[in-house]
Amino acid sequence: MGEATREIERLIELMARLPGLGPRSARRAVLHLVKKRAVQLAPLAEAMQKVAATARECVRCGNIGTTELCDICADPARATGEICVVEDVADLWAMERAGVFRGRYHVLGGVLSALDAMGPDELGLPRLAQRIDEEGVTEVILALGATVDGQTTAHYIADLLEGRASVTTLGQGVPVGGELDFLDDGTIGAALRARRAV
Amino acid sequence: MLEWRDRGFVLAVRRHGENAAIVELFTPAHGRHAGVVRGGSSRRLRPILQPGAELEATWRARLDEHIGAFTVEPLRSRADLMEDRRALAALNAVTSLLSFCLPEREPHPALHARSEALLDALAAPDWLVAYLRWELHLLDETGFGLDLTRCAVTGGREDLAYVSPRSGRAVSREGAAEWADRLLPLPPCLLGQGPATEAEIAAGLRLTGHFLQTRLAPALGERPLPPARDRLVALLAQRR
Repeated sequence: MGEATREIERLIELMARLPGLGPRSARRAVLHLVKKRAVQLAPLAEAMQKVAATARECVRCGNIGTTELCDICADPARATGEICVVEDVADLWAMERAGVFRGRYHVLGGVLSALDAMGPDELGLPRLAQRIDEEGVTEVILALGATVDGQTTAHYIADLLEGRASVTTLGQGVPVGGELDFLDDGTIGAALRARRAV
Repeated sequence: MLEWRDRGFVLAVRRHGENAAIVELFTPAHGRHAGVVRGGSSRRLRPILQPGAELEATWRARLDEHIGAFTVEPLRSRADLMEDRRALAALNAVTSLLSFCLPEREPHPALHARSEALLDALAAPDWLVAYLRWELHLLDETGFGLDLTRCAVTGGREDLAYVSPRSGRAVSREGAAEWADRLLPLPPCLLGQGPATEAEIAAGLRLTGHFLQTRLAPALGERPLPPARDRLVALLAQRR
């Protein structure tokens, strides 16, 4: 195997470790990139290099950005007195895609879990409590998963912040476009308990 | 191909690869049993594979020593407990203690029945004594049972008020005499005497916690008890 082939094999091996890709799909992607190296491979490599050099966690909220404070924390218009607590950066991005929340975030980086030895300190909960005081937060919105671990964490945070800010949580129920026939029992139960007058 | 079918409830779920999950079930006939659930991290299966959820499971493997794969059908969700912080903390304590204490693939049908009954009871308000009794039963099933039937000193069955932290045997007030401050208080609710006060529940949790901590955990290789139990105890203390 020549040097060039070895490098391509190495690239395939690295790509195959990415989520959503396996050895076959990585091979297909690399082949595509190599064929269009001028318009796709070179800009991709350049972009990746830049991100690798600059990407970092926001010191305040845990979001990923390229500066010490992420764009959201640096924007004074987002200082609405509301903090939305999410489990992961992917959840923050999902909230931003929806474009319905204009406050700031706090990324926990996980949820309380006995299995993964995740405790309050690992989740940076003291830092969240500190932010409540420093930023004059009036409402903390817990946007955590409707799972046993997610809700355990939500209750824990609600207890921790009791008396310091109003703590709310996302509603649970029928998703947009959802049909009752396809919903699990837990969701139907939660939706029924959270019913409202029309 | 080895295969069995049983019903059980989920103790723990760990992500495995991109889509699969390794699920630990507690079943009456096969005890704590793990297996891979293909697509277990998918949007369809994630709500079903929550700790405490009851499932109908079929386990298949080529050899007995393989982890094998589960196919699961939901029977009952315990999502209604998620809104009640105390019940949710108890659910976490039960599932994590079972996962912590039980050897794999060893049937404990009586403990399974009690655990299932306790999880059912969590939906109602008065489950604290049932939880305490469940911890006593867990100690019993794992070989560290307490003897609360008669006094270790006098042999009498009356006025049992303490438990020896060493032997796990009950001691009456008369038998304890000047040693009472070295013994663990035995709350009357564990002897089936009257409704439990909050102080009794706290004393009961200290009692079972002592034996879980000093007897059971060291026998399992000095691993610390699951933090979920500590969180339950802290939550109950905070609400008093």
